[in-house]
Amino acid sequence: MKVNPSHLFILLCFSFLVYSFRIYSIPLSANRNVSFDIKKASDGRIVWQKNNCQSCHQLYGLGGYLGPDLTNVFSNPRKGEIVIRTMILSGVKQMQAFNLNEEDISSLVEFLKSVDASGKSDPRNFKTTSSGMIEQNEKK
Amino acid sequence: MITALSMLLLGLCFGILASVSYLLPEFLKTNIGFTSLRPLHVSSTLFWIIIGATGCVYSGLQMYTKKTLMNKSTIIQWGLWIIAIIGIFYSYFIHDFGGREYWEFNPIWALPIALAWIILLVNFINISVKIKDWPVYIWMWLTGIIFFLFTFIENYLWVFPYFREHFITDMTIQWKVNGSLVGSWNQILYGTAFFLMDRIENNKTVGRSKLAFAMFFLGLVNLMFNWGHHIYTLPTANYIRFIGYAVSMTEWVFFIRIIYTWKQSVSSIQKYYHLYSYKFIMAADLWVFINMGQAILMSIPAINIYTHGTHITVAHAMGTTIGINSMILFAACFEFFGFKGEQSKSIAKQINISFWLLQFSLVIFWLSLNMAGIKKSIWQMSQHQSSYSKMMETLHPYFATFFIAGIGIMLAFSILAFILIKYFVVKNRSKN
Repeated sequence: MKVNPSHLFILLCFSFLVYSFRIYSIPLSANRNVSFDIKKASDGRIVWQKNNCQSCHQLYGLGGYLGPDLTNVFSNPRKGEIVIRTMILSGVKQMQAFNLNEEDISSLVEFLKSVDASGKSDPRNFKTTSSGMIEQNEKK
Repeated sequence: MITALSMLLLGLCFGILASVSYLLPEFLKTNIGFTSLRPLHVSSTLFWIIIGATGCVYSGLQMYTKKTLMNKSTIIQWGLWIIAIIGIFYSYFIHDFGGREYWEFNPIWALPIALAWIILLVNFINISVKIKDWPVYIWMWLTGIIFFLFTFIENYLWVFPYFREHFITDMTIQWKVNGSLVGSWNQILYGTAFFLMDRIENNKTVGRSKLAFAMFFLGLVNLMFNWGHHIYTLPTANYIRFIGYAVSMTEWVFFIRIIYTWKQSVSSIQKYYHLYSYKFIMAADLWVFINMGQAILMSIPAINIYTHGTHITVAHAMGTTIGINSMILFAACFEFFGFKGEQSKSIAKQINISFWLLQFSLVIFWLSLNMAGIKKSIWQMSQHQSSYSKMMETLHPYFATFFIAGIGIMLAFSILAFILIKYFVVKNRSKN
């Protein structure tokens, strides 16, 4: 059987588009009854980008390697909001002090609060399921 | 290609400066800082690959059609790249960020890049419609151009609050983009490797074989759907993670094929080893084998949980961009510039030494990052973790090794790039 490359190419492109739009539609069914200010957290994401926090820090293990992962820094009993604010303003070792205004700092804190509410990133909290996939260990 | 080589030289300098931050935490902290040095390095090297890939498409088409493709639109396209590069570097130096990881510049500078890419697409379509019975590399170039443009635009969906307000979807799209963008330029570069092999072996059947098309479509499926392995730990929809896992495992086919055709490759090496372009293609093949083996293992979720977020991921990224992408680009430069090494014995010797220095340094570089990654992984999984900064201190010997190997890579690449640039300039001067 001879397959026409153009037909297969178009079919695959169509599947890719359907898959992409399926992903784009996820927020439509998302729960908006959350413990943080969605708008402020979204502004905080911009502050995160504008100060290039991602070059040193990770969220869910994705990002830079110079500083620690900040996914659950907000709920960490030894860190939390006060430490976040102090670190931003005073800096530490490689990290410079960031001259942010109160609005930016509170947006950034709200963003980290929203990230924290989305799940846990500590790899020790994961287990391998029978399907071979990993998932959060509910017991921990 | 000269602009691309210049970006490589800049990227190497910024890379060395950025890596000092791992050894001397206070290095340039108050002047430029790691937050600027890292994107300067990443963007320069990305532009080396992307602009180089553009050069490969034009040069390849020019050789294939035997027509000169330089016109007003290609000059405008080059001008747009120069505007983007100057703007992006300026924005990094004044700390005017705003984009996502790997594209940290102010999003305004994405516009000239997108416009330049649209010009490339239009030019490519205008030329390729006149070609009948496309070999696989023309398909691969088209795929790379279309998907780069699509994912590059997708890369900026975050500007709409609809996406940004849903953090998990936003992260999912970010890594969908990163995965597919890499797949896009890989399509262009692997297509170029096919084109070069056809030319070197003077055999027009390789690019039209059923196997070549099967590999192309498998690569395309991976470009579209395998990116999910980046985000196994992200609490996104399960089907995304499972599709990523399943499609990633199809890479075994590529891997087994490399082993299966190994004997054939060895006999070709003996035949064409004297050609610089072939030498670099073979080096790329070896690095494909190493990096694909690593990628397959990292795509298994039970292993990924140990490697994710560690320097093993960096080793893989560096191994592919230096070992595969850059080797193919150098092979392309030697072929497209018409460099046969007839200049002098001393230049041939310099190229040979640089080639081996590059391979040796890259092995050390790759190993040291993997070792740092294994150490970090042990720390991540430890029940009694020391502080992050203490853990980073224990990685210093690996960072020092990685820094020294980085200097070796920089030296080797710089010598090769200068030889090629000088040859290109002299050749063009004598033509005029």
